[in-house]
Amino acid sequence: MTQKSFHDQHVTQLSPKTEPTPNTQRESLAAEVRKLSFWYGETQALKEITLSIAYRKVTALIGPSGCGKSTLLRSFNRMHDLYAGNRYSGEICLFPENHNLIDLDPFMVRLRIGMVFQKPNPFPKSIFENVAAGLRIQGVQNKKLLSDRVEQALRDAALWEEVKDRLSQSAYGLSGGQQQRLCIARALAPQPEILLLDEPTSALDPIATAKVEDLITEIRHRFTVIIVTHNMQQAARISDFTAYMHLGKLIEFAPTGELFTTPQETLTRDYITGRFG
Amino acid sequence: MVNAEMSQATLPNLTGIVDANRRTDLVMAGIGISVLIVAMSLLAAVVIDLIVGGWPRLINPDFYLNFPSRHPLQAGIVSAWVGTILVMLVTAGIAIPLGVGAGVYLEEYAARNWITDFIEINVSNLAGVPSIIYGLLALGLFIHGFGLGETILTAGLVLALLILPVIIVSTREAIRGIPLDLREAAYGLGADKWQTVRLYVLPAARSGILTGTIVGLARAIGEAAPVITIGALTFIAFLPPSPIQSSPPFINFEWLESPFTIMPIQMFNWVSRPQAEFHINAAAAGVILMLMTLAMNGIAIWLRYHLRRQIR
Ligand SMILES: Nc1ncnc2c1ncn2[C@@H]1O[C@H](COP(=O)(O)OP(=O)(O)OP(=O)(O)O)[C@@H](O)[C@H]1O
Ligand SMILES: [Mg+2]
Repeated sequence: MTQKSFHDQHVTQLSPKTEPTPNTQRESLAAEVRKLSFWYGETQALKEITLSIAYRKVTALIGPSGCGKSTLLRSFNRMHDLYAGNRYSGEICLFPENHNLIDLDPFMVRLRIGMVFQKPNPFPKSIFENVAAGLRIQGVQNKKLLSDRVEQALRDAALWEEVKDRLSQSAYGLSGGQQQRLCIARALAPQPEILLLDEPTSALDPIATAKVEDLITEIRHRFTVIIVTHNMQQAARISDFTAYMHLGKLIEFAPTGELFTTPQETLTRDYITGRFG
Repeated sequence: MVNAEMSQATLPNLTGIVDANRRTDLVMAGIGISVLIVAMSLLAAVVIDLIVGGWPRLINPDFYLNFPSRHPLQAGIVSAWVGTILVMLVTAGIAIPLGVGAGVYLEEYAARNWITDFIEINVSNLAGVPSIIYGLLALGLFIHGFGLGETILTAGLVLALLILPVIIVSTREAIRGIPLDLREAAYGLGADKWQTVRLYVLPAARSGILTGTIVGLARAIGEAAPVITIGALTFIAFLPPSPIQSSPPFINFEWLESPFTIMPIQMFNWVSRPQAEFHINAAAAGVILMLMTLAMNGIAIWLRYHLRRQIR
Protein backbone atom coordinates (compact mmCIF):
# COMPACT_ATOMS: atom_id res chain seq x y z
CA MET A 1 0.00 0.00 0.00
CA THR A 2 1.47 3.35 -0.88
CA GLN A 3 1.81 6.13 1.58
CA LYS A 4 -0.78 8.13 -0.28
CA SER A 5 -3.62 5.62 -0.20
CA PHE A 6 -2.99 4.87 3.44
CA HIS A 7 -3.15 8.55 4.08
CA ASP A 8 -6.43 8.89 2.22
CA GLN A 9 -8.08 6.11 4.20
CA HIS A 10 -6.86 7.62 7.37
CA VAL A 11 -8.39 10.89 6.32
CA THR A 12 -11.78 9.46 5.49
CA GLN A 13 -11.95 7.66 8.79
CA LEU A 14 -11.46 10.80 10.74
CA SER A 15 -13.37 13.25 8.64
CA PRO A 16 -16.36 14.64 10.51
CA LYS A 17 -19.12 13.42 8.18
CA THR A 18 -18.22 9.74 8.41
CA GLU A 19 -17.09 9.73 11.99
CA PRO A 20 -19.59 7.62 13.90
CA THR A 21 -18.39 8.12 17.48
CA PRO A 22 -19.90 10.97 19.48
CA ASN A 23 -17.47 13.74 20.35
CA THR A 24 -15.97 13.42 23.76
CA GLN A 25 -14.19 16.48 25.08
CA ARG A 26 -10.88 15.05 23.87
CA GLU A 27 -12.30 14.59 20.41
CA SER A 28 -13.66 18.08 20.21
CA LEU A 29 -11.14 20.36 21.88
CA ALA A 30 -7.38 20.57 21.64
CA ALA A 31 -7.09 23.66 23.76
CA GLU A 32 -9.09 26.39 25.32
CA VAL A 33 -8.07 30.00 25.85
CA ARG A 34 -9.68 31.48 28.95
CA LYS A 35 -9.59 35.21 29.67
CA LEU A 36 -6.10 35.52 28.27
CA SER A 37 -4.55 38.98 28.53
CA PHE A 38 -1.07 39.83 27.46
CA TRP A 39 1.24 42.79 27.96
CA TYR A 40 4.36 43.87 26.08
CA GLY A 41 5.81 45.77 29.03
CA GLU A 42 3.14 48.39 29.68
CA THR A 43 1.23 47.93 26.41
CA GLN A 44 -1.67 45.55 26.62
CA ALA A 45 -1.90 43.61 23.36
CA LEU A 46 -4.54 40.99 24.28
CA LYS A 47 -7.64 41.71 26.30
CA GLU A 48 -9.39 38.80 27.99
CA ILE A 49 -9.50 36.52 24.99
CA THR A 50 -11.67 33.43 25.34
CA LEU A 51 -11.55 30.94 22.51
CA SER A 52 -11.77 27.19 21.95
CA ILE A 53 -9.42 25.40 19.61
CA ALA A 54 -11.09 22.39 18.03
CA TYR A 55 -9.15 19.13 18.01
CA ARG A 56 -7.73 18.28 14.57
CA LYS A 57 -9.43 21.22 12.91
CA VAL A 58 -8.08 24.39 11.34
CA THR A 59 -8.77 27.55 13.27
CA ALA A 60 -8.06 30.83 11.48
CA LEU A 61 -7.28 34.12 13.21
CA ILE A 62 -8.15 37.16 11.14
CA GLY A 63 -8.33 40.87 11.80
CA PRO A 64 -6.74 44.18 10.87
CA SER A 65 -3.01 44.71 11.23
CA GLY A 66 -1.94 45.19 14.84
CA CYS A 67 -5.04 43.60 16.35
CA GLY A 68 -2.99 40.98 18.19
CA LYS A 69 -3.23 37.89 15.98
CA SER A 70 0.47 37.12 16.13
CA THR A 71 0.56 37.95 19.81
CA LEU A 72 -2.18 35.41 20.51
CA LEU A 73 -0.57 32.79 18.28
CA ARG A 74 2.83 33.22 19.86
CA SER A 75 1.30 32.83 23.32
CA PHE A 76 0.51 29.23 22.43
CA ASN A 77 4.15 28.20 22.33
CA ARG A 78 5.33 30.79 24.82
CA MET A 79 7.51 32.62 22.29
CA HIS A 80 6.98 35.79 24.32
CA ASP A 81 8.98 34.28 27.15
CA LEU A 82 12.14 34.79 25.12
CA TYR A 83 11.95 38.52 25.69
CA ALA A 84 12.05 40.33 28.99
CA GLY A 85 9.12 42.40 30.22
CA ASN A 86 6.30 40.37 28.67
CA ARG A 87 3.48 39.23 30.91
CA TYR A 88 0.44 36.97 30.62
CA SER A 89 -2.66 36.59 32.71
CA GLY A 90 -5.42 34.06 32.20
CA GLU A 91 -5.13 30.53 30.88
CA ILE A 92 -4.51 28.49 27.79
CA CYS A 93 -5.59 24.98 28.73
CA LEU A 94 -4.21 22.02 26.85
CA PHE A 95 -6.40 18.96 26.63
CA PRO A 96 -6.73 16.17 27.62
CA GLU A 97 -4.71 17.00 30.76
CA ASN A 98 -6.38 20.35 31.16
CA HIS A 99 -3.02 21.93 32.04
CA ASN A 100 -2.65 25.66 31.79
CA LEU A 101 0.29 26.01 29.43
CA ILE A 102 1.08 29.44 30.84
CA ASP A 103 2.18 27.63 34.00
CA LEU A 104 4.18 24.91 32.24
CA ASP A 105 7.87 25.03 31.40
CA PRO A 106 8.06 26.95 28.08
CA PHE A 107 10.57 24.48 26.67
CA MET A 108 8.16 21.60 27.30
CA VAL A 109 5.33 23.58 25.72
CA ARG A 110 7.38 24.18 22.57
CA LEU A 111 8.12 20.47 22.27
CA ARG A 112 4.37 19.91 22.01
CA ILE A 113 3.38 22.92 19.94
CA GLY A 114 5.17 23.64 16.67
CA MET A 115 5.39 26.97 14.89
CA VAL A 116 5.93 28.22 11.35
CA PHE A 117 6.79 31.86 10.81
CA GLN A 118 5.84 34.46 8.26
CA LYS A 119 9.20 34.50 6.53
CA PRO A 120 10.74 31.13 5.69
CA ASN A 121 13.59 30.70 8.18
CA PRO A 122 15.41 27.45 7.45
CA PHE A 123 18.61 26.74 9.35
CA PRO A 124 21.87 27.06 7.41
CA LYS A 125 22.08 23.28 7.25
CA SER A 126 21.10 20.49 4.91
CA ILE A 127 17.49 19.80 4.02
CA PHE A 128 17.58 16.59 6.05
CA GLU A 129 19.08 18.26 9.09
CA ASN A 130 16.50 21.03 8.93
CA VAL A 131 13.64 18.59 9.16
CA ALA A 132 15.43 16.43 11.72
CA ALA A 133 16.24 19.44 13.91
CA GLY A 134 13.31 19.10 16.29
CA LEU A 135 13.99 15.39 16.79
CA ARG A 136 17.68 16.02 17.36
CA ILE A 137 16.80 18.64 19.94
CA GLN A 138 14.69 16.01 21.68
CA GLY A 139 17.72 13.75 21.69
CA VAL A 140 16.61 11.24 19.05
CA GLN A 141 19.72 9.40 17.80
CA ASN A 142 18.22 6.40 16.04
CA LYS A 143 19.05 6.77 12.33
CA LYS A 144 16.10 4.75 11.11
CA LEU A 145 13.62 6.65 13.21
CA LEU A 146 15.13 9.96 12.11
CA SER A 147 14.99 9.18 8.42
CA ASP A 148 11.46 7.74 8.67
CA ARG A 149 10.18 10.80 10.45
CA VAL A 150 11.97 13.15 8.07
CA GLU A 151 10.45 11.39 5.07
CA GLN A 152 6.99 11.40 6.61
CA ALA A 153 7.22 15.09 7.47
CA LEU A 154 8.45 15.98 4.00
CA ARG A 155 5.60 14.00 2.48
CA ASP A 156 3.13 15.77 4.76
CA ALA A 157 4.58 19.08 3.66
CA ALA A 158 4.22 18.00 0.01
CA LEU A 159 7.93 18.47 -0.53
CA TRP A 160 9.24 14.92 -0.62
CA GLU A 161 9.11 14.43 -4.39
CA GLU A 162 10.99 17.67 -4.98
CA VAL A 163 13.81 17.10 -2.51
CA LYS A 164 14.20 13.35 -2.04
CA ASP A 165 17.33 13.27 -4.20
CA ARG A 166 18.98 16.26 -2.55
CA LEU A 167 18.39 15.75 1.15
CA SER A 168 22.02 16.41 1.96
CA GLN A 169 22.13 19.70 0.07
CA SER A 170 21.77 23.03 1.76
CA ALA A 171 18.26 24.26 2.49
CA TYR A 172 19.23 27.66 1.13
CA GLY A 173 19.24 26.22 -2.36
CA LEU A 174 15.46 25.84 -2.26
CA SER A 175 13.00 28.40 -3.58
CA GLY A 176 11.06 30.57 -1.15
CA GLY A 177 7.94 28.43 -1.42
CA GLN A 178 9.94 25.24 -0.95
CA GLN A 179 11.73 26.76 2.02
CA GLN A 180 8.40 27.56 3.64
CA ARG A 181 7.19 24.00 3.09
CA LEU A 182 10.50 22.84 4.54
CA CYS A 183 9.78 24.93 7.62
CA ILE A 184 6.37 23.29 7.84
CA ALA A 185 8.00 19.87 7.56
CA ARG A 186 10.45 20.90 10.27
CA ALA A 187 7.56 21.83 12.54
CA LEU A 188 5.67 18.62 11.71
CA ALA A 189 8.52 16.14 12.18
CA PRO A 190 8.31 16.07 16.00
CA GLN A 191 4.55 15.47 15.55
CA PRO A 192 3.30 18.42 17.57
CA GLU A 193 -0.14 18.46 19.12
CA ILE A 194 -0.83 21.88 17.69
CA LEU A 195 0.73 23.52 14.66
CA LEU A 196 0.88 27.32 14.67
CA LEU A 197 1.16 29.12 11.34
CA ASP A 198 1.74 32.89 11.31
CA GLU A 199 0.84 34.19 7.84
CA PRO A 200 2.73 31.29 6.28
CA THR A 201 1.97 32.31 2.71
CA SER A 202 2.31 36.08 2.85
CA ALA A 203 5.81 35.92 1.35
CA LEU A 204 4.84 33.42 -1.36
CA ASP A 205 3.47 33.65 -4.89
CA PRO A 206 -0.01 32.28 -5.72
CA ILE A 207 1.21 28.86 -6.86
CA ALA A 208 3.38 28.32 -3.81
CA THR A 209 0.49 29.59 -1.70
CA ALA A 210 -1.86 27.04 -3.25
CA LYS A 211 0.62 24.26 -2.45
CA VAL A 212 0.78 25.31 1.19
CA GLU A 213 -3.01 25.55 1.40
CA ASP A 214 -3.34 22.09 -0.12
CA LEU A 215 -0.96 20.59 2.35
CA ILE A 216 -2.77 22.20 5.27
CA THR A 217 -5.97 20.66 3.98
CA GLU A 218 -4.17 17.30 3.79
CA ILE A 219 -2.77 17.35 7.31
CA ARG A 220 -5.75 18.91 9.07
CA HIS A 221 -7.07 15.46 9.97
CA ARG A 222 -3.95 14.56 11.89
CA PHE A 223 -2.91 17.88 13.40
CA THR A 224 -4.67 20.70 15.15
CA VAL A 225 -3.82 23.83 13.18
CA ILE A 226 -4.09 27.49 14.12
CA ILE A 227 -3.36 29.88 11.27
CA VAL A 228 -3.06 33.65 11.18
CA THR A 229 -3.90 35.09 7.80
CA HIS A 230 -4.60 38.42 6.17
CA ASN A 231 -6.19 36.71 3.27
CA MET A 232 -9.89 36.17 3.91
CA GLN A 233 -10.34 33.88 0.94
CA GLN A 234 -7.61 31.75 2.40
CA ALA A 235 -9.34 31.60 5.77
CA ALA A 236 -12.59 30.71 4.01
CA ARG A 237 -10.90 28.02 1.91
CA ILE A 238 -8.94 26.15 4.52
CA SER A 239 -10.31 26.76 8.00
CA ASP A 240 -13.09 25.11 9.95
CA PHE A 241 -13.40 27.90 12.49
CA THR A 242 -12.56 31.57 12.24
CA ALA A 243 -11.88 34.09 14.97
CA TYR A 244 -12.11 37.78 14.18
CA MET A 245 -9.97 40.02 16.38
CA HIS A 246 -9.94 43.76 16.73
CA LEU A 247 -7.70 45.91 18.97
CA GLY A 248 -6.64 43.02 21.15
CA LYS A 249 -10.17 41.73 21.67
CA LEU A 250 -11.89 38.71 20.23
CA ILE A 251 -14.93 40.10 18.46
CA GLU A 252 -16.48 37.03 16.95
CA PHE A 253 -15.74 33.35 16.78
CA ALA A 254 -17.75 30.90 14.69
CA PRO A 255 -17.55 28.08 12.17
CA THR A 256 -15.94 29.62 9.12
CA GLY A 257 -18.99 29.34 6.86
CA GLU A 258 -21.19 31.11 9.36
CA LEU A 259 -18.72 33.86 10.13
CA PHE A 260 -18.29 34.76 6.49
CA THR A 261 -21.96 34.45 5.44
CA THR A 262 -23.79 35.66 8.52
CA PRO A 263 -21.47 37.67 10.75
CA GLN A 264 -23.18 38.74 13.95
CA GLU A 265 -21.05 41.76 14.76
CA THR A 266 -20.87 45.01 12.79
CA LEU A 267 -17.08 45.12 13.14
CA THR A 268 -16.78 41.65 11.63
CA ARG A 269 -19.15 42.49 8.82
CA ASP A 270 -17.28 45.70 7.99
CA TYR A 271 -13.97 43.86 7.95
CA ILE A 272 -15.02 40.97 5.76
CA THR A 273 -16.90 43.15 3.34
CA GLY A 274 -13.76 45.22 3.00
CA ARG A 275 -15.13 48.40 4.47
CA PHE A 276 -12.41 48.38 7.09
CA GLY A 277 -8.90 47.02 7.45
CA MET B 1 -2.89 67.58 -21.29
CA VAL B 2 -2.10 68.36 -17.68
CA ASN B 3 0.08 65.28 -17.52
CA ALA B 4 2.06 66.27 -20.54
CA GLU B 5 2.67 69.73 -19.11
CA MET B 6 3.78 68.26 -15.81
CA SER B 7 6.32 65.96 -17.37
CA GLN B 8 7.54 68.81 -19.56
CA ALA B 9 8.08 70.86 -16.45
CA THR B 10 9.71 68.17 -14.32
CA LEU B 11 11.75 66.19 -16.82
CA PRO B 12 14.65 68.60 -17.42
CA ASN B 13 14.78 69.11 -13.72
CA LEU B 14 15.13 65.38 -13.10
CA THR B 15 17.88 64.99 -15.65
CA GLY B 16 19.66 67.83 -13.92
CA ILE B 17 19.46 66.07 -10.59
CA VAL B 18 20.58 62.77 -12.05
CA ASP B 19 23.52 64.45 -13.78
CA ALA B 20 24.54 66.22 -10.61
CA ASN B 21 24.39 62.95 -8.70
CA ARG B 22 26.44 61.23 -11.33
CA ARG B 23 29.08 64.00 -11.14
CA THR B 24 29.27 63.64 -7.36
CA ASP B 25 29.68 59.89 -7.77
CA LEU B 26 32.53 60.41 -10.24
CA VAL B 27 34.34 62.86 -7.97
CA MET B 28 33.99 60.56 -4.97
CA ALA B 29 35.18 57.58 -6.98
CA GLY B 30 38.17 59.63 -8.17
CA ILE B 31 39.14 60.62 -4.64
CA GLY B 32 38.70 57.06 -3.45
CA ILE B 33 40.85 55.60 -6.19
CA SER B 34 43.66 58.11 -5.69
CA VAL B 35 43.74 57.45 -1.95
CA LEU B 36 43.82 53.75 -2.68
CA ILE B 37 46.66 54.17 -5.18
CA VAL B 38 48.75 56.16 -2.69
CA ALA B 39 48.18 53.58 0.05
CA MET B 40 48.84 50.61 -2.21
CA SER B 41 52.00 52.08 -3.70
CA LEU B 42 53.41 52.87 -0.29
CA LEU B 43 52.77 49.29 0.74
CA ALA B 44 54.18 47.98 -2.51
CA ALA B 45 57.27 50.13 -2.06
CA VAL B 46 57.91 48.65 1.37
CA VAL B 47 57.41 45.11 0.14
CA ILE B 48 59.57 45.55 -2.95
CA ASP B 49 62.28 47.24 -0.93
CA LEU B 50 62.31 44.31 1.49
CA ILE B 51 62.34 41.70 -1.25
CA VAL B 52 65.11 43.42 -3.21
CA GLY B 53 67.09 44.06 -0.03
CA GLY B 54 66.76 40.51 1.24
CA TRP B 55 66.97 38.71 -2.11
CA PRO B 56 70.46 37.16 -1.72
CA ARG B 57 69.38 35.48 1.51
CA LEU B 58 65.84 34.68 0.42
CA ILE B 59 67.04 32.44 -2.37
CA ASN B 60 69.47 30.59 -0.14
CA PRO B 61 67.93 27.46 1.45
CA ASP B 62 70.43 27.61 4.31
CA PHE B 63 68.75 30.79 5.45
CA TYR B 64 65.68 28.82 6.43
CA LEU B 65 67.57 25.93 8.01
CA ASN B 66 70.39 27.65 9.89
CA PHE B 67 70.48 28.94 13.42
CA PRO B 68 71.53 32.54 14.04
CA SER B 69 75.26 33.14 13.85
CA ARG B 70 77.86 35.80 14.34
CA HIS B 71 78.62 35.49 10.64
CA PRO B 72 75.86 37.19 8.65
CA LEU B 73 76.16 34.82 5.71
CA GLN B 74 75.64 31.75 7.87
CA ALA B 75 72.90 33.18 10.04
CA GLY B 76 69.43 31.71 9.49
CA ILE B 77 65.95 31.91 10.84
CA VAL B 78 65.15 28.34 11.75
CA SER B 79 64.84 28.98 15.48
CA ALA B 80 62.77 32.09 14.78
CA TRP B 81 60.18 30.57 12.49
CA VAL B 82 59.81 27.44 14.56
CA GLY B 83 59.47 29.66 17.64
CA THR B 84 56.85 31.81 15.95
CA ILE B 85 54.77 28.83 14.91
CA LEU B 86 54.90 27.25 18.35
CA VAL B 87 54.07 30.49 20.12
CA MET B 88 51.16 31.05 17.77
CA LEU B 89 49.89 27.54 18.49
CA VAL B 90 49.81 28.33 22.20
CA THR B 91 48.23 31.72 21.56
CA ALA B 92 45.50 30.28 19.37
CA GLY B 93 44.91 27.37 21.72
CA ILE B 94 44.31 29.73 24.62
CA ALA B 95 42.79 32.80 23.01
CA ILE B 96 40.21 31.13 20.75
CA PRO B 97 38.35 29.06 23.35
CA LEU B 98 38.57 31.81 25.97
CA GLY B 99 37.61 34.60 23.60
CA VAL B 100 34.76 32.78 21.90
CA GLY B 101 33.51 31.53 25.26
CA ALA B 102 33.59 35.02 26.75
CA GLY B 103 31.88 36.47 23.66
CA VAL B 104 29.10 33.88 23.80
CA TYR B 105 28.65 34.46 27.51
CA LEU B 106 28.45 38.23 27.22
CA GLU B 107 26.12 38.13 24.24
CA GLU B 108 23.81 35.30 25.20
CA TYR B 109 23.93 34.64 28.90
CA ALA B 110 25.05 37.71 30.83
CA ALA B 111 22.26 39.56 32.61
CA ARG B 112 21.91 43.16 31.52
CA ASN B 113 23.21 44.98 34.59
CA TRP B 114 26.02 47.31 35.58
CA ILE B 115 28.51 44.49 36.10
CA THR B 116 28.04 43.37 32.50
CA ASP B 117 28.28 46.96 31.28
CA PHE B 118 31.46 47.38 33.29
CA ILE B 119 32.97 44.22 31.78
CA GLU B 120 31.95 45.29 28.29
CA ILE B 121 33.53 48.74 28.58
CA ASN B 122 36.72 47.20 29.89
CA VAL B 123 36.92 44.60 27.14
CA SER B 124 36.66 47.34 24.53
CA ASN B 125 39.25 49.43 26.34
CA LEU B 126 41.65 46.51 26.60
CA ALA B 127 41.83 46.39 22.82
CA GLY B 128 43.50 49.80 22.95
CA VAL B 129 46.10 49.09 25.64
CA PRO B 130 49.68 49.31 24.25
CA SER B 131 51.15 45.88 23.84
CA ILE B 132 54.18 46.59 25.99
CA ILE B 133 51.85 46.98 28.97
CA TYR B 134 50.80 43.39 28.42
CA GLY B 135 54.47 42.50 28.42
CA LEU B 136 54.94 44.17 31.79
CA LEU B 137 51.89 42.39 33.16
CA ALA B 138 53.26 39.06 31.98
CA LEU B 139 56.67 39.82 33.46
CA GLY B 140 55.09 40.54 36.83
CA LEU B 141 52.40 37.86 36.82
CA PHE B 142 53.54 34.91 34.76
CA ILE B 143 57.29 35.11 35.31
CA HIS B 144 57.71 36.54 38.79
CA GLY B 145 54.29 35.55 40.12
CA PHE B 146 53.75 32.06 38.72
CA GLY B 147 57.37 31.30 37.95
CA LEU B 148 56.66 30.22 34.38
CA GLY B 149 60.02 31.51 33.14
CA GLU B 150 60.93 33.02 29.77
CA THR B 151 59.26 30.23 27.88
CA ILE B 152 57.06 29.58 24.87
CA LEU B 153 54.14 29.12 27.24
CA THR B 154 54.61 32.58 28.72
CA ALA B 155 54.88 34.18 25.29
CA GLY B 156 51.78 32.35 24.10
CA LEU B 157 49.89 33.47 27.18
CA VAL B 158 50.81 37.13 26.83
CA LEU B 159 49.96 37.23 23.14
CA ALA B 160 46.70 35.44 23.89
CA LEU B 161 45.81 38.14 26.41
CA LEU B 162 46.73 40.75 23.86
CA ILE B 163 44.33 39.48 21.21
CA LEU B 164 41.58 38.30 23.54
CA PRO B 165 39.60 41.57 23.25
CA VAL B 166 39.64 41.38 19.46
CA ILE B 167 38.28 37.83 19.52
CA ILE B 168 35.66 38.63 22.15
CA VAL B 169 34.40 41.68 20.28
CA SER B 170 34.26 39.97 16.90
CA THR B 171 32.55 36.90 18.39
CA ARG B 172 29.90 39.14 19.88
CA GLU B 173 29.39 41.00 16.65
CA ALA B 174 29.13 37.78 14.65
CA ILE B 175 26.58 36.40 17.13
CA ARG B 176 24.61 39.62 17.13
CA GLY B 177 24.46 39.42 13.34
CA ILE B 178 22.51 36.16 13.43
CA PRO B 179 18.91 37.02 12.58
CA LEU B 180 16.33 36.75 15.31
CA ASP B 181 14.12 34.47 13.24
CA LEU B 182 16.83 31.80 13.19
CA ARG B 183 16.87 31.77 16.99
CA GLU B 184 13.09 31.76 17.15
CA ALA B 185 13.04 28.80 14.79
CA ALA B 186 15.31 26.89 17.16
CA TYR B 187 13.47 27.90 20.31
CA GLY B 188 10.19 27.13 18.57
CA LEU B 189 11.29 23.50 18.26
CA GLY B 190 11.86 23.34 21.98
CA ALA B 191 15.60 23.93 21.98
CA ASP B 192 17.08 25.34 25.16
CA LYS B 193 19.57 28.16 25.13
CA TRP B 194 22.68 26.03 24.97
CA GLN B 195 21.27 23.91 22.13
CA THR B 196 20.27 27.03 20.24
CA VAL B 197 23.71 28.55 20.64
CA ARG B 198 25.70 25.39 19.98
CA LEU B 199 23.67 23.92 17.12
CA TYR B 200 22.43 27.00 15.29
CA VAL B 201 23.91 30.32 16.40
CA LEU B 202 27.60 29.41 16.58
CA PRO B 203 27.68 27.48 13.28
CA ALA B 204 25.97 30.38 11.55
CA ALA B 205 28.36 32.86 13.16
CA ARG B 206 31.55 30.90 12.60
CA SER B 207 32.78 32.73 9.55
CA GLY B 208 32.57 36.06 11.39
CA ILE B 209 34.27 34.59 14.44
CA LEU B 210 36.97 33.12 12.25
CA THR B 211 37.69 36.46 10.63
CA GLY B 212 38.10 38.14 14.00
CA THR B 213 40.34 35.35 15.21
CA ILE B 214 42.64 35.58 12.22
CA VAL B 215 42.83 39.36 12.49
CA GLY B 216 43.87 38.85 16.11
CA LEU B 217 46.43 36.17 15.31
CA ALA B 218 47.84 38.25 12.48
CA ARG B 219 48.37 41.04 14.95
CA ALA B 220 50.01 38.68 17.44
CA ILE B 221 52.42 37.21 14.93
CA GLY B 222 54.16 40.54 14.37
CA GLU B 223 54.28 41.68 17.99
CA ALA B 224 57.81 42.02 19.38
CA ALA B 225 57.42 44.42 22.30
CA PRO B 226 55.61 42.25 24.87
CA VAL B 227 57.74 39.24 24.00
CA ILE B 228 60.94 41.20 24.41
CA THR B 229 59.64 42.47 27.74
CA ILE B 230 59.24 38.95 29.07
CA GLY B 231 62.82 38.28 28.05
CA ALA B 232 62.75 36.15 24.92
CA LEU B 233 66.24 35.34 23.77
CA THR B 234 67.59 37.04 20.69
CA PHE B 235 70.27 34.53 19.99
CA ILE B 236 69.30 30.92 20.22
CA ALA B 237 71.09 27.97 18.69
CA PHE B 238 68.76 25.06 19.36
CA LEU B 239 65.18 24.09 18.68
CA PRO B 240 62.56 23.37 21.35
CA PRO B 241 61.88 19.65 21.91
CA SER B 242 59.55 18.31 19.26
CA PRO B 243 55.87 18.27 20.16
CA ILE B 244 55.57 14.89 18.42
CA GLN B 245 57.60 11.85 19.40
CA SER B 246 57.81 8.34 18.04
CA SER B 247 57.06 6.53 21.30
CA PRO B 248 53.74 6.68 23.18
CA PRO B 249 52.03 8.95 24.16
CA PHE B 250 53.36 10.48 20.88
CA ILE B 251 52.92 14.05 21.96
CA ASN B 252 54.84 15.84 24.64
CA PHE B 253 54.60 19.27 26.11
CA GLU B 254 58.21 19.90 27.07
CA TRP B 255 58.44 22.42 24.26
CA LEU B 256 56.12 24.68 26.21
CA GLU B 257 58.88 25.23 28.78
CA SER B 258 61.62 25.81 26.26
CA PRO B 259 63.39 29.13 25.66
CA PHE B 260 62.70 30.51 22.21
CA THR B 261 62.91 33.39 19.82
CA ILE B 262 60.38 34.61 17.27
CA MET B 263 60.57 36.25 13.85
CA PRO B 264 60.05 39.90 14.83
CA ILE B 265 62.69 39.64 17.56
CA GLN B 266 65.15 38.00 15.22
CA MET B 267 64.51 40.78 12.75
CA PHE B 268 64.89 43.45 15.37
CA ASN B 269 68.15 41.92 16.48
CA TRP B 270 69.60 41.92 12.97
CA VAL B 271 68.44 45.45 12.21
CA SER B 272 70.21 46.75 15.30
CA ARG B 273 73.57 45.25 14.28
CA PRO B 274 76.10 47.66 12.74
CA GLN B 275 77.21 45.34 9.89
CA ALA B 276 75.28 45.96 6.68
CA GLU B 277 75.19 42.23 5.86
CA PHE B 278 72.90 41.66 8.77
CA HIS B 279 70.49 44.18 7.33
CA ILE B 280 70.10 41.91 4.32
CA ASN B 281 69.09 39.14 6.73
CA ALA B 282 66.64 41.45 8.43
CA ALA B 283 64.98 42.33 5.15
CA ALA B 284 64.71 38.67 4.20
CA ALA B 285 63.22 37.81 7.60
CA GLY B 286 60.76 40.66 7.11
CA VAL B 287 59.60 39.14 3.84
CA ILE B 288 59.09 35.75 5.49
CA LEU B 289 57.19 37.30 8.39
CA MET B 290 54.93 39.06 5.94
CA LEU B 291 54.39 35.85 4.02
CA MET B 292 53.40 34.12 7.24
CA THR B 293 50.79 36.81 7.90
CA LEU B 294 49.56 36.61 4.33
CA ALA B 295 49.34 32.84 4.53
CA MET B 296 47.22 33.14 7.65
CA ASN B 297 44.86 35.57 5.95
CA GLY B 298 44.77 33.26 2.95
CA ILE B 299 43.71 30.37 5.15
CA ALA B 300 41.02 32.57 6.66
CA ILE B 301 39.68 33.56 3.27
CA TRP B 302 39.71 29.98 2.06
CA LEU B 303 37.96 28.75 5.21
CA ARG B 304 35.34 31.46 5.01
CA TYR B 305 34.62 30.69 1.41
CA HIS B 306 34.49 27.01 2.16
CA LEU B 307 32.20 27.41 5.17
CA ARG B 308 29.91 29.75 3.32
CA ARG B 309 29.57 27.33 0.45
CA GLN B 310 28.79 24.63 2.95
CA ILE B 311 25.87 26.50 4.49
CA ARG B 312 24.46 28.24 1.44
N1 LIG C 1 7.55 43.40 20.79
C1 LIG C 1 6.54 44.28 20.96
N2 LIG C 1 6.64 45.26 21.87
C2 LIG C 1 5.62 46.14 22.07
N3 LIG C 1 4.46 46.11 21.40
C3 LIG C 1 4.30 45.15 20.47
C4 LIG C 1 5.34 44.19 20.20
N4 LIG C 1 4.91 43.37 19.21
C5 LIG C 1 3.67 43.80 18.90
N5 LIG C 1 3.30 44.86 19.64
C6 LIG C 1 2.02 45.56 19.59
O1 LIG C 1 1.00 44.66 19.94
C7 LIG C 1 -0.12 44.82 19.10
C8 LIG C 1 -0.47 43.51 18.42
O2 LIG C 1 0.59 43.13 17.57
P1 LIG C 1 0.59 41.82 16.70
O3 LIG C 1 1.92 41.66 16.12
O4 LIG C 1 0.06 40.72 17.51
O5 LIG C 1 -0.46 42.22 15.57
P2 LIG C 1 -0.96 41.37 14.33
O6 LIG C 1 -2.42 41.24 14.48
O7 LIG C 1 -0.17 40.13 14.20
O8 LIG C 1 -0.65 42.35 13.14
P3 LIG C 1 -0.15 42.01 11.66
O9 LIG C 1 -1.34 41.53 10.95
O10 LIG C 1 0.34 43.31 11.16
O11 LIG C 1 0.92 40.98 11.78
C9 LIG C 1 0.24 45.91 18.11
O12 LIG C 1 -0.36 47.10 18.55
C10 LIG C 1 1.72 46.01 18.19
O13 LIG C 1 2.14 47.33 17.97
MG1 LIG D 1 1.33 39.39 12.82
